Amino acid sequence: MKQNGSPSTNGTALTLTLDGEKVTFSSGETLYEVAERHGREIPTLCYDPRLEPFGGCRLCVVELEGARNPVASCTMEAQPGMRVRTRTAALEVQRRILMEMVASENRDTDVDPMHGYASQEMADLLDRYDARTGRFQGALSGTSRPDDDNPFIKRDYENCISCYRCVRVCAEQEGDYAISVMNRGFHTQITTEFGGLLKDSACTFCGQCIQTCPTGALGDLKALANRDVPGETETTRTICPYCGVGCSVDVMTRGEKIVGILPAMDGPANEGSLCVKGQFAFDFVHHPDRLATPFVRDDETGELRPASWDEALDFAAGKLNKVVKDHGRRAVYGIASGRAPHEAAYMMQRFIRAGFGTNHIDNCSRA
Amino acid sequence: MSNPLADMDKPDVIFCIGTNMTECHPVAATRLKRALARGAKMIVADPRRIGLAEFADVHLPLRVGSDVSLLLAMAHVIVREGLVNEEFVGARTAHGEDFMQHVAQYTPEWAAEICECDPADIEKAALLYGGADRGAIYYTVGITEHICGVDNVQSLCNLALMTGNLGREGTGVNPMRGQNNIQGAGDAGALPNNYPGFQTVTDPAHQEKFHKAYGRKVDLETGMTKVTALDLCGDGIHAMIIDGENTLVTDPDRHHCEHALKSLDCLVVIDIFMTETAKVADVVFPATAWAETDGVCTNTERRVQRLRAAVPPPGEAKPDWWILSQLARRMGWQGFDFGSAREVFNELCALSPLYNGLDWDRIDRGEYQWPVPTRDHPGTPRLHEKRFENGRGIFKMLEYRDPEETISDEYPMWLTTGRRLPQYHTRTQTGRSDGIDYLLSEETLEVHPDDLARLGLEDGGWAEMSNPRGCLHVKVRATPKSPKGTVFASFAFEDVPVNVLTGGGYDPVTQTAALKACPVALKPVGPPPALGQVGAGSPLGAPVL
Repeated sequence: MKQNGSPSTNGTALTLTLDGEKVTFSSGETLYEVAERHGREIPTLCYDPRLEPFGGCRLCVVELEGARNPVASCTMEAQPGMRVRTRTAALEVQRRILMEMVASENRDTDVDPMHGYASQEMADLLDRYDARTGRFQGALSGTSRPDDDNPFIKRDYENCISCYRCVRVCAEQEGDYAISVMNRGFHTQITTEFGGLLKDSACTFCGQCIQTCPTGALGDLKALANRDVPGETETTRTICPYCGVGCSVDVMTRGEKIVGILPAMDGPANEGSLCVKGQFAFDFVHHPDRLATPFVRDDETGELRPASWDEALDFAAGKLNKVVKDHGRRAVYGIASGRAPHEAAYMMQRFIRAGFGTNHIDNCSRA
Repeated sequence: MSNPLADMDKPDVIFCIGTNMTECHPVAATRLKRALARGAKMIVADPRRIGLAEFADVHLPLRVGSDVSLLLAMAHVIVREGLVNEEFVGARTAHGEDFMQHVAQYTPEWAAEICECDPADIEKAALLYGGADRGAIYYTVGITEHICGVDNVQSLCNLALMTGNLGREGTGVNPMRGQNNIQGAGDAGALPNNYPGFQTVTDPAHQEKFHKAYGRKVDLETGMTKVTALDLCGDGIHAMIIDGENTLVTDPDRHHCEHALKSLDCLVVIDIFMTETAKVADVVFPATAWAETDGVCTNTERRVQRLRAAVPPPGEAKPDWWILSQLARRMGWQGFDFGSAREVFNELCALSPLYNGLDWDRIDRGEYQWPVPTRDHPGTPRLHEKRFENGRGIFKMLEYRDPEETISDEYPMWLTTGRRLPQYHTRTQTGRSDGIDYLLSEETLEVHPDDLARLGLEDGGWAEMSNPRGCLHVKVRATPKSPKGTVFASFAFEDVPVNVLTGGGYDPVTQTAALKACPVALKPVGPPPALGQVGAGSPLGAPVL
């Protein structure tokens, strides 16, 4: 995350002119950031706010007074007194042609939203610029890798526009440098070291490349496997169930089924990052091994058998009361879980303390 | 953590010890990698050449369990080189002078004999950390799961105190918690010595406070730890209620643990799966899982965050709090009429000074880090900024102690254990999530290539690993990631139950098990009878998830 400086460097506010309006900005802000903050919707494809500006897609160009050509707003630092226009007829024509050309390199211009967080960005811009003209239809750039048998990341480079977001997120955000760029120009290809499978690379399968891809060239295979589950996709904000970092996730559901995970870009602990477990290890929730009824140990057979809540609660209470009668209140011990919510741990200690008057309570942190 | 996660890309010098962060806390590790990209230096102390070591300016491959010697020697160098932050030591600490004298005897050469690191590397690490403007320490259970776990942590605190690396951005002593709500379980009072909010049970004022809240006077006497309770099963402890822990597999000395649980008159287990532990219970209650449960959790940086239900639970599964409050009512107790997770959490907030300023609605967006003592308090991202909770930071005069069990002619190799990136704990969840096994489907024992010949093992062959507590068979993988003389395995796979071997003592203060240093013998064995069938050769039989 970039840090912006104070609104002023020497006590006076920094200002520039944005589409005829005088606006303030902070030292270090780019023209794109200033414009976005003031409600301008400048189109981008290679931009991810978490990454260093790249200036590759040229969609975010703006007219800067005194500059011969339009400049990429994502890489141009705002300076006092600049006069900038973000939306002129000439810019809009240029952007539309760019979108037509970008789309022409791809097999599909529309992909299922289950591909990933940013997967609709190109399709949305094609709509916005009415750019589905097919004027430049020609060769596809990028070679897909259907041979990569990994169960998580679809590598469909025939839909790649070489925005490098995947390469950059892997390097800048993750520090993994698992993927890179081969060849130049139209022949640009996203690849791993030695062009092999992701499994044989430095890839950790965190899924960040999927989530930043604006075209669906990369896709979440686990979510896509659920693309035919009926119902509208809804999202619920929660916290990843694994380690203690506490990454925020948006759980995608359709009906009563979890169909995938989206990283929460505004999650305070993770700011959009996830690891392989948080991104992909969610479907244990629906596993047929899940317990769906209480069990009690049958007096006659000695085996666990299903029971109703009434029977199981009475059975447990009876056994606990008998232990207290036979051995006293100090004979009962409670162990709370570091994987269950506060309410579980709180109720366990309350059960032991308020119930037996002892402090025979612990959690699983000692081993 | 003393400092927020957001501070992790701000230190000049990062000191990671006993933390395999790229595998165990991968998202936190991305922040460190960003600090490194910005030019920060990093010291990594870990017996294994873990992922972080590849990025380190100094890697200290210390012998398992020797941390105190290394840290004493680093303190020695910091004093000798005049790198002590005198102003901080004078203003905010106690016993500093004694400590500086205490470490005078512990030279890097002395430590090298114990921790098996190059004295020059110890010097280099000490100069780096001691010379940092913002030095930050990160550790995990590689520090705590030793008989000297508390000494290890206090050694780290000594280093931070003497250099003034506390209470400022990009500094701190930062434990990385390993489970999504292990911090919260302690916050909520599931501890034998503390009520919610770490209020000691031995204080009569706290006793009175909870007497009023719960309608029952609780003993002033500290409860026993889980470790002691397991030791006393059938002999003092006759009933246990275990929520969401696969005690049989995760705890040290599995045979002891199994015997303990089986000798209870009553074992009640609350879980989402029929775990090994649930299988020996008298009653098993089905709990709602993650994504089915509304609730609250607290992360490693003390951030209090909401868990939200997205889907309904299977069958008749119920939230843990509901199960326990219903059970309380069947026991005939009053005061357990809770109707929602919100009511439960709000009661906790009312009783915990750390959460007094919070309630269910206020934590909706997760912006608070405790302590949040009052309604108008903004939360505490960074601890110890102005003062320490107990006044002054106290230097501890520590000495090195050997692990309870050390290697011998009979058991010549150190076994150390941990996690691997794709799998979590005993795979109850990751093993039931599609695709994870593609990345890791079996456990292997990591052995240094030079140790293979000495032990008669082959890369890809099988080994019998044993000590007086148990024996198991495991496939061997030769890798320089393991140092000579030390082997590594995770405890994820049921057919390689490394915790049948661990259990060489506990920290005397916290009773945390020494899971990280365990002498074993290794010898070659043939492949399992039905090759290709995972686990067929395990002495414990076929794998069960």
